Amino acid sequence: MSGNGPFALFRWEKLFESWDQFALGFLRTLEVAALALLLALAIGIVFGVLSTTKSRILQGIVRGYVEFFQNTPLLIQIFFYYNGLAMLGLVLGKFAIGVLGVGIYHGAYVTEVMRGGIDSIHKGQAEAAQSQGFTYVQTMRYIILPQTVKIVLPPLTNQAVNLIKNTSVLAMIAGADLMYAADSWASYTLNYGPAYVVAGVLYFILCFPLSTWARHYEERLKKQGVQKEVKEQKETNVEVAV
Amino acid sequence: MIKLENVNKYFGKNHVLKDVNLEVAEGEKLVIIGPSGSGKSTTVRCMNFLEVPTSGHVYIDGEELTTKNRVEMVRRTTSMVFQQFNLYPHKTVLQNLTLAPIKLQHKSREEAESLAYKYLDIVGLREKAEVYPSTLSGGQQQRVAIARALCSQTKIILFDEPTSALDPETIQEVLDVMIKLSQENITMVVVTHEMGFARQVADRVIFMDDGTIIEEGTPEHFFTNPTHERTKLFLSKIIR
Repeated sequence: MSGNGPFALFRWEKLFESWDQFALGFLRTLEVAALALLLALAIGIVFGVLSTTKSRILQGIVRGYVEFFQNTPLLIQIFFYYNGLAMLGLVLGKFAIGVLGVGIYHGAYVTEVMRGGIDSIHKGQAEAAQSQGFTYVQTMRYIILPQTVKIVLPPLTNQAVNLIKNTSVLAMIAGADLMYAADSWASYTLNYGPAYVVAGVLYFILCFPLSTWARHYEERLKKQGVQKEVKEQKETNVEVAV
Repeated sequence: MIKLENVNKYFGKNHVLKDVNLEVAEGEKLVIIGPSGSGKSTTVRCMNFLEVPTSGHVYIDGEELTTKNRVEMVRRTTSMVFQQFNLYPHKTVLQNLTLAPIKLQHKSREEAESLAYKYLDIVGLREKAEVYPSTLSGGQQQRVAIARALCSQTKIILFDEPTSALDPETIQEVLDVMIKLSQENITMVVVTHEMGFARQVADRVIFMDDGTIIEEGTPEHFFTNPTHERTKLFLSKIIR
């Protein structure tokens, strides 16, 4: 911690003098992550529902979207929005690129999570709704999707964690996010050690509560499932006893 | 009321309904019996287009049911009670009953709830209005499902093996509700293995096997004097 090492005390002092740069970056990361998450959820719900329709064309479109965005690096997608679209005459702001790029990329994963959630609901539910005269969209909205919430919440939270971390690719296009703030400050002052540690800690502060919550929620669901079974068992026993 | 005209249904290469012709009169109680895989469930499921016939026509009240008008027509004309109850587990009993009337028939909440309580009284479960279906026994769940079907106030109720998933001791409570309903002017089409029910309630019984209607007639004819060998064989196995 002393002398001129990468983690020397004076380097930390320097960093805390420039804390506002990190705060701004942190704020930008939060904004991008929040909006990208909303976009990813919107895409995921719509495409997840479309992928469970009987239409082969819709299924194909969703399949193509998911495979394309899951199987190419996010960084290339970001570079495409930044450089590729600009060459085609469409110049997007870096903030917009962050939201769109990360949102569309994670939308593919959320689509898969939603599809799995919808598929896990017994088909009798959709049949009951159809027999009452609900349209497909109404069936999804009132009957199927509300039942998937419990199932998809843990994997969606994990997606949110990945999404937050992935906003750091914005640093590659000088996106003014936390990673960029840390990186540019580090290369300007040559205090790499503290800069990356502090950035890492800030990401951790965002992600750790989320992933912890998701794990607890999932465990609680499992326990509830077990308790319900036990209760049903007891009820059957009572009936037999009577 | 319901008319099936030359209805064929294939599941892949499997020909499950073979040129089925059938008419159900208004207010009629029709019971369909037959071995599993005979196409009896598929027949009732064609009546509300849960299965769309591969060929042939389905008419409700003289109007042809098509993939275009099915949502609107089914909403107006038919309700269904399923083997597995298919209550909505995320909603209370009361919400199960009021969801369709509120969302589809645009009834006010008060109106829908008073209707729901009226039918909960009929099935004897008023005190269960606020609980979730998972806390009910199978027989109670099925009675709720019947009340839910009644809440749509359609002229036709289709029953697809309503007691087949129940414990023996709860079958009768469901049958009792259905017997009570049969006094109303509701057109009931019931797929069942409950011969006692068929005998007591049916105006007409149909025996299906291998995707075709083998024999039809009054319950008396059926249980005392069936003509076809296949029917006799089936009845001898099921009535012990």
